Amino acid sequence: MIASTKPSAPEMEAIAARHPHLLQSSSNKRLKAALIGASLVSYMVFSWWFFSVGHVLANANWGIAGTYLADWISYEIRPDIEIAPDGTMVVSYQRNSPLGANPNPDWVVLEKETVTRTVETPAAAVQAPKPKASSSFSFMAPNAALGGNQGAGRQNAAQTRTEEVVTRALVTYDGSTNIEVAERLVKATHAGETFTMAVDGADTVTPQGPLPRWATQKRPGEKITLSFGLTGWAEVEGDEVSIRNRFFGWANFLFDTNSPFFGKSYGEVASLILSGDRIDPARSNLALAWNNILYNAEWQHLDVWTKLLQTVVMAFVGTLFASLIAFPLCFLAARNITPNLFANQLFKRFFDFLRSVDMFIWALFFTRAFGPGPLAGMSAIFFTDTGTLGKLYSEALENIDDKQREGVKSVGATPLAVQRFGVLPQVLPVFASQALYFWESNTRSATIIGAVGAGGIGLKLWEAMRTNSDWENVAYMVLLILMVVFVFDSISNVCRSRLMGRSAH
Amino acid sequence: MATSALSRHLSESGALVERHWQELNARRRLYTSLGLALLVLTVFASLWFANDSNAGKFFDRLPHFFDFVGDLMPRDAMEIIRAMFDLPSPYDDGSFKYNYPDGRLYLTENLYIPEYFHKMLETLNIAIFSTVIGVFFGFVLSFLAARNLMPNPWVRGVVRRLMEILRAFPEVVIAGFFLAILSLGPIPAIAAVSIHTIGALGKLFFEVVENSDMKPEEGLRAVGGNWIERVWFGIVPQVLPNFTSYFLLRLEINVRASTIIGAVGGGGIGELLRLAIGQGHEAKTLAIVILLFTTIFAVDQFSAWLRRRLVGDQAFQLAQ
Repeated sequence: MIASTKPSAPEMEAIAARHPHLLQSSSNKRLKAALIGASLVSYMVFSWWFFSVGHVLANANWGIAGTYLADWISYEIRPDIEIAPDGTMVVSYQRNSPLGANPNPDWVVLEKETVTRTVETPAAAVQAPKPKASSSFSFMAPNAALGGNQGAGRQNAAQTRTEEVVTRALVTYDGSTNIEVAERLVKATHAGETFTMAVDGADTVTPQGPLPRWATQKRPGEKITLSFGLTGWAEVEGDEVSIRNRFFGWANFLFDTNSPFFGKSYGEVASLILSGDRIDPARSNLALAWNNILYNAEWQHLDVWTKLLQTVVMAFVGTLFASLIAFPLCFLAARNITPNLFANQLFKRFFDFLRSVDMFIWALFFTRAFGPGPLAGMSAIFFTDTGTLGKLYSEALENIDDKQREGVKSVGATPLAVQRFGVLPQVLPVFASQALYFWESNTRSATIIGAVGAGGIGLKLWEAMRTNSDWENVAYMVLLILMVVFVFDSISNVCRSRLMGRSAH
Repeated sequence: MATSALSRHLSESGALVERHWQELNARRRLYTSLGLALLVLTVFASLWFANDSNAGKFFDRLPHFFDFVGDLMPRDAMEIIRAMFDLPSPYDDGSFKYNYPDGRLYLTENLYIPEYFHKMLETLNIAIFSTVIGVFFGFVLSFLAARNLMPNPWVRGVVRRLMEILRAFPEVVIAGFFLAILSLGPIPAIAAVSIHTIGALGKLFFEVVENSDMKPEEGLRAVGGNWIERVWFGIVPQVLPNFTSYFLLRLEINVRASTIIGAVGGGGIGELLRLAIGQGHEAKTLAIVILLFTTIFAVDQFSAWLRRRLVGDQAFQLAQ
């Protein structure tokens, strides 16, 4: 090992003193750097003001952002516990609950009591029939003549009946978090702390003791929000406790709640398919299961796959046709192959036109021509890529080695044979490689033109996002797109390596 | 066959070689024709599928192909100019279609910027701003992803995967997500375009870094420079021209990208274009298309000129 070759500090100073010009960049250069830096900073400040970035960021709803992000990979079960003034409760679940029509999860424990109580029922039978408002003309104010009569009819009848009511509910989020509702008290336990709130069954919530860190109440008496991090949150109001319990994963990915296979474990489903009796007499259980998966109402597997296939097909056919059309045209655009300046310029400008109108505008144009669907997207890709590939191909042609052409010419070959044997072998790998690259990259970019109706998965993605509640579907589609892009990327990389040799890209 | 007649005059080993060559040739022809047949089959299947799932069928719609172009013809050529510069139209019947002065941006009492120019400037600004952001992060990340500067394979791998994800993630999704949080406006477009730019430029940048000459870096290492100093004084001056070239290339692409993102709710001229086409406002549509075409063409030409001046003819391939 050589000892440190670093000069000591006095030595360095001595060197610096002897050669001052080496350590000072010219003032011109320094000024230029400072100018570029300053203009960049002032541009950023200007843009910050121009787009009012600060204002937008401050007004953004970052809490929602967290919920949306969590929705990508998890789902919520939402039991609502309504509390009556006498302290009894009714538990209800969201419409289309991921747990099916009759959810009774084991993390919600209800204690029921049979009580006899007096319930006031509205006396609907005695109600007078409503007068027809429009059938006859009346000088009297509406309901005036019938007012007294109706009031008498509205008297409620007191009934005494015996029924089973919920008097205590215990909701367990996880080991350290639970909420207990009993006797007009809501007891929440989280992170080793227990926090009690009194509810009156109408509209006031009173915290008993100081609020813990995970609870917020904006004004006294108003609702209290409890946030338990990733496991979920809850809202306590005077007459209702809304539970939001979050579970990791995608609910009902295979079978939706209408399917006979819903809620069964993999083993049960497998045994049903292999040896169970037919659920639907018309077809086998396997066919039924497959059909249920394809037409899953929440995940729409078949539709998503079809749309994805459309995107792939659009990119494939569009790029293939573009390269087929660009191939003959690029020979006319290359100035060394076709020495006619007018033809060169004509085709080059034609390529420029196709390219700079942009895929998106072509897509809008073709959706009007063909109607929304993959034909429009395919044509848009075809038009744009003819321009791009034509330009790249003609540039590749202009860069070729002239000696091979001369060689073929010197043995008296026809012009066509000169191109075939003198030019093509040089450029064909480049052409194919460019086409493969654009095929793969178009698969990626075709999602955007899909969003304006040009077919493919783009519109589906866009619709799922606009509703703001189907983020797990968005995640699913994105995952599928990424997988497809990855596969194509690998295929086109392999093809390119075989065409051009390992070192060329 | 001529060759078999020829092979009679060959020696035994010569005939063997000849036969072998023939076999190889036949096999190659077989594979080529099989591959071509497969390709043709795939293309026809794809076309049938696309036509089948399209709302309108190809041959049914073909006679109507130029209907849209016909619909786009305004009453007179001056209408396009009026729409573009927000001049009042003689056909103004109070409807939105001919109400060109509506979106004017007044700078002073009488001086205004026409609506489409204003929106085009906004789109251009979205593109520049997001390219600058993308370049900044791509610049930082590229040194962490380059094999010659980052010996730790874990850091390198993580940074490269990150850039791959940023690059491959559909822009519509990023824009849609930020739209949900931030509401309509240019910020979702900026987020979407710059996130994609980080991934795309980061890759091009680190490839440039990996190809750079390591001797200046070695020199700096010899005098005890730390990592940042080595990168800043040894590598950056070498790669800066190439980086600038890629920056300009990306700027061209991002001008298009921000137009597209605008159309799915990200502000700028894309939104207006989609509205104009959707509502059948012919003069407005043509005005926007002409404006877009001119702008994109001008940006392309300018950046190509600048790139030629800065780095010569190298690095001119397109990159997405």
